Parts: sequence; structure tokens; C-alpha cells
Amino acid sequence: MEPAKREATKRWLGISPAVLVIFIFMVIPICIMAVYAFLEANPYGGVRPHFTLDAFIQFFFEYDFDDNLVFNSAYLNIYWRSFVLAFFTTVLCLLIGFPTAYYIAMQPTNKKNMLIFLVTIPFWTNLLIRTFSWILILRDYGVINNILLGMGVIDKPLTLLYTNGAVLIGLVYTYIPFIVLPIYATVEKLDLRLLEAAHDLYANRRQLMSKIILPLTAPGIIAGGILVFIPSLGAFIAPNLLGGGKKLMIGSLIQLQFASSRNWPFGSAAALFLMAAVLIAMMIYLLGPARKTDLGENAG
Amino acid sequence: MPETAIEVRNITKKFGVHTEHEVTALDDVSISIKDNEFFTLLGPSGCGKTTLLRLIAGFEYSTRGQILLYGENLIGLPPQKRPINTVFQHYALFPHMTVAENVAFPMKMLGKDDGETKKAVNEKLELVKMQDFANRKPGQLSGGQQQRIALARALAPHPKVLLLDEPLSALDLKLRQEMRTELKNLQRETGITFIFVTHDQVEALTMSDRIAVMSVGKIQQRGCPTEIYEKPNNRFVADFIGETNLLEATVSKVEGNDIFCKLSDNIILKGEGETGKNVGDPVTLAVRPEKIALSPISEQTEGSFTGKINNSIYLGTDTTYIISVNGKSELASVEQNSAVGKVRFKIGDEVCINVADNAIRILED
Ligand SMILES: Nc1ncnc2c1ncn2[C@@H]1O[C@H](COP(=O)(O)OP(=O)(O)OP(=O)(O)O)[C@@H](O)[C@H]1O
Ligand SMILES: [Mg+2]
Repeated sequence: MEPAKREATKRWLGISPAVLVIFIFMVIPICIMAVYAFLEANPYGGVRPHFTLDAFIQFFFEYDFDDNLVFNSAYLNIYWRSFVLAFFTTVLCLLIGFPTAYYIAMQPTNKKNMLIFLVTIPFWTNLLIRTFSWILILRDYGVINNILLGMGVIDKPLTLLYTNGAVLIGLVYTYIPFIVLPIYATVEKLDLRLLEAAHDLYANRRQLMSKIILPLTAPGIIAGGILVFIPSLGAFIAPNLLGGGKKLMIGSLIQLQFASSRNWPFGSAAALFLMAAVLIAMMIYLLGPARKTDLGENAG
Repeated sequence: MPETAIEVRNITKKFGVHTEHEVTALDDVSISIKDNEFFTLLGPSGCGKTTLLRLIAGFEYSTRGQILLYGENLIGLPPQKRPINTVFQHYALFPHMTVAENVAFPMKMLGKDDGETKKAVNEKLELVKMQDFANRKPGQLSGGQQQRIALARALAPHPKVLLLDEPLSALDLKLRQEMRTELKNLQRETGITFIFVTHDQVEALTMSDRIAVMSVGKIQQRGCPTEIYEKPNNRFVADFIGETNLLEATVSKVEGNDIFCKLSDNIILKGEGETGKNVGDPVTLAVRPEKIALSPISEQTEGSFTGKINNSIYLGTDTTYIISVNGKSELASVEQNSAVGKVRFKIGDEVCINVADNAIRILED
């Protein structure tokens, strides 16, 4: 073999485990999902091998009393609400996560390690249990309402549970460690001498933040944003438990199709729509700011 | 008489006060730096040079003392409010901005309009001969080029004082020599007061109008390069700047400013410097090797004494001879190899030693 060819072969051998893992755990499931979306549902679960577009039709239309197909926005509304909730979850996570990560990164080494350790503690307990505890906090005679009632701020309990707000709180709570960690990693690598230089060159605190700190930590902010946005779009634990299951989000919708509704093709189609939506959102997120401020180039 | 640009008054700076690691980085330091001066802080590692610059820039607060800029007290002013810029040893260029954006940064922060900013950027890039690199990122530049950009950036807002913390130390010897001249020219062209920090005595001697030699948080001596080199006050300065012979002697006679010192058996040398010495006091003498001339033993003249060559080190342009006098004191002498009619000596030769007039300094203890 020529040396160049041998090199290429070696390189392929080197990455083959990764390729294999991606193939088995990503490509094959997606293919199965894509195929199922075009098959007929079996009322007992699974699919029948007949090609049909029923799943996609069901997504946009419904049959009225006269058996005519009419446009139905119910599912699109679920997607829209999921997007809005995921967007606000990401924004809130950024607003809380960035100062937290920044503060932690600026502490002396021992304290820093200790605080990062504390951030990871929630992972030790099952998410389901942690979300249940939010019910105890938010319900009508839960922790918050009892405190407010006790202080005389309110005289009847506020409806906190089973609202969009409760879902938002649950999502922010669930995903905030995922934004703190990547931002912490970039802030920690930030060259503090650059901040001194910026002050020396007449930047005030606000300008320091917008011209130096944010651009230099953008890779962490982007990574953290993605890590929060995508899973919260498909989340179903917080929406189910704290949203009461009445206000469906995409995750709950898909989960329902595979569980009680036994409509696998529709679940697959809904998941495909979710994937497409995520891809589009990511493209907007990554290309938008990258083109304007050149962040993409510096991320490397 | 030129105005005083920076006046450092009795500055003391301690780190880790109230802890077991208390360090006095600066101990009652006073310096006054004139307008339009190239002033150098020279001293070994850890003597407090950077600390002093950081105090002037506003990154640290002093434990005691004041710093005045053209008569105005700087205490309490943050760095961004001081018309003083720093060229950092590590350059500290913003990696996410192009060269031009880096240089424009201080102008933008000061709220200058685009026209003025653009003009300053072009002007300063031209000054450091980096016009062609305006659109590169700092990561795509060599160390020397980054250094020039850091300089251009610090000069762009035309500060009243420019602080330079060992800006040349990361460059190779050749580039460093070029930059010395360039920096000096830049200072003359811009008329900005430069405070330059280095631990390299050659840098200090070649570039500065005045030098302050520092050691362990204290100023040891201030003066122009010739003063510092020719008339060191104390052992530290004599030893730190250039090569020097240090000789132990006792005072044998005092005549006004001239002090005669007895080196050993009948070798009496006339020195100047630290007065207030009495006959019989022990003193340390300093003589530069190039002030010691050697001649063959046959040509003995008045005022000279003899010694024996112990070693000879050939250095290209010069030769250094190590001579023992009376078998104990060792002296170094540097002779230029090109000098006409010079005799080359061999190890073991007896030679006659002549010390130039006014070349002997009597040091403070
Ligand atoms: N932030 C700090 N905390 C504690 N001690 C410090 C701090 N900064 C400097 N020092 C101490 O102060 C002394 C002077 O330090 P400084 O950095 O001013 O030295 P320098 O003359 O610039 O040395 P170099 O030539 O190595 O840069 C040193 O003993 C140093 O350990
Ligand atoms: Mg230093």
C-alpha cells in the first residue's frame, strides 16, 4: 500500500468505534422512526406493514362530523407552546446561570471546586423525585403559599401548580446545571489579564462585559444554550407533573402516542417534526450571531 | 525646568497584610519622573517593579503614600479614569478582535467618533510599521508583531504617560536590539512620558534618560545612565550594573573628596564617593574592568602596581584577564583586542596594572 493510503486506512480505523456507536445508537433508531412514521398503526401497539400518510395528515388535519378533512392547529399549538417555553427556559437559565458560573469561576481554587461539586449534587437524585418535590413547594397549601399566607401577604392560596409558570420553573430547575458547567469552563479559561487591559484602555464595567467577557465566553454560552434548549423542547417530566398533563408539550405528546394512545406512527411523525424543528432552530441560533459578530471563528 | 509628570511619594505596598504571608513589595519609594522623559525602573526579579507600575496604572492600591499625575492625586481613580496606558509584558491583545479593532478599542471606549478613531488607528499602525496587518487576528502574528500592536494600541489614545512592563523580554536578541532603538525613537516622536521596566541593564543603559535602580522594594540609586554606571553608590548597584571589581581596603588618608585607601602591602589607591570615612575604616572599592589597563612589567610607571595573569578569556572584540595581586585579591581587566600596539599576555605573565584616574568608587556599605 502507498503510505498516504495506509495513513487514510489508519485514520478510518481510528474513528471507526465512534462511527459505529453513532450508527447503532443514532442512525438506525432514526431510520426505524422514519419508516414507522409512514406505516399504519396497530391498535395493540407497534405497526402494520402498510404504507400510509395517516400520521402526517393527523398532524395537520382532523375529520369533522361529515368526515371532511379540516385544518387542525392543536398539534401545532403544542409545538408552538413548547418552543416558547423552551425559549424562556433557555433565557432564564442564561440569566441565572451566567452570573452563577462567573461567580464560581472567580473564586479561589478550593472554593471553586467545592461550588462546582455543589452544582452537580442534584444529579445524585432521580429527576422524577426532584420534580415531585416542586409539587410540594408549589401546590395550593405548599411551601410558598403557606409562607405567604403566614406572612399575611395573601389571604387565599395562589394557583401556582399546573400553570405554564410551574412548567417553566421545573424546566429551569432541571436544566440549569447544564448551562452552568459549560459557561464555567469558558469563564475559568478567561485570561483575567485581558480584563485588566480593557480597564486600562478605558472600558467601564458594562463595556468590559459586552466587548470582552461575553464575546470571549460565547462558546460556553452557545453550548450551554443548546444543552438547555433541545432537551427542554422534548422534556416531559416537568410538563407532565407540574403542568398537570393538560397543557401538553411535545415530549408528553410523543410519550402519549407510544404509551396509552398506541399510535406509534403518529408518535414517530411527531418526533420527526421535533427533530426538524430543532435543526432549524439550531441553524438560526448558530448562524445568526456567528455571521454578525464572527463568534464562530473565535469559538475554535 | 520641565514639569513633573509622575510623582511617587513615599509609597509603601504590602501584600497579604494581617496574614502570615505578609510581603512588603515596596518600601517607602519616592520617585519623580519628568514630563517627556524616558524613565527606567531597573532591578532584579521580585524587587517590586511590576507592583510600582500597577500602582501607577491603578490596578493596585498603595498601603501608604501618594501618586500624583501632573500634580493631581490619583488615589481612588480606577484604571479607566487615568490617562495612563500600559504595554503589558504578555501584550494582552484581545484575541477576538482584529489588529485594527484592538488599536481602535481605547478610542471607542473614550467615545471618539469614527473619523478620529480611524485616523488614530492608521497613524499608530504606521508608526509601528504594521499597516499591512490591520485585518489579522492577534493569533496570526509573531511575538514581535504582537508587541508592536500592543504598543500601537496603548499609544492610540495619546496617554499622558505610557507604562511598559518588560515589553521586550519575550523577544529574541536581534529583535530586542532593534526594538530598543525603535522604542527610544517612538518616545522622542510622540513626546509621551515613558516609564519602562526591565531587569536588563543593557536595555536600561541604552534607552533611558534616567534610571532608578531597585532592590527588594527600595530605590537604590537614581540618575542618568552614565551616573549609574560610572558612579554607583553602593555595592548592589555596582554589582548589578555591568561587570565590576569589588576590593576590600582600609582608608589610609583623607584629603577633601579624595580618599586614599590601602589595598594591601603598599598599594594605595585614590578613590572618590562615600565621604564621611575616617582613617582606618574598612571600605569597599569598585573598579570597572575596562578602567584597568595592563602593560608589560618592563614599562612600570608611577602609581601602578604589579600582578600575575591567572586566566585569560578571549571574547572576540575583547579579552578579559583575571589577575592576582599579591597572590590574593583577584582583579578582572578588559582589553580591546583591536587596540594598536597592545601586547597580548599569557597565563603566568607578570604585568603592570594601571587604574585610570577617577575610576575608583568608594561604596556605601
Ligand atoms: N498579588 C500579590 N500577592 C502577594 N505578593 C505579591 C503579589 N504581587 C507581587 N507580590 C510580591 O511582591 C514582590 C514584588 O513583586 P513584583 O511583581 O513587583 O516584582 P518584579 O520586580 O516585577 O519582578 P519580575 O522582574 O520578576 O517581574 C514579590 O516578592 C512578589 O512575590
Ligand atoms: Mg514584573
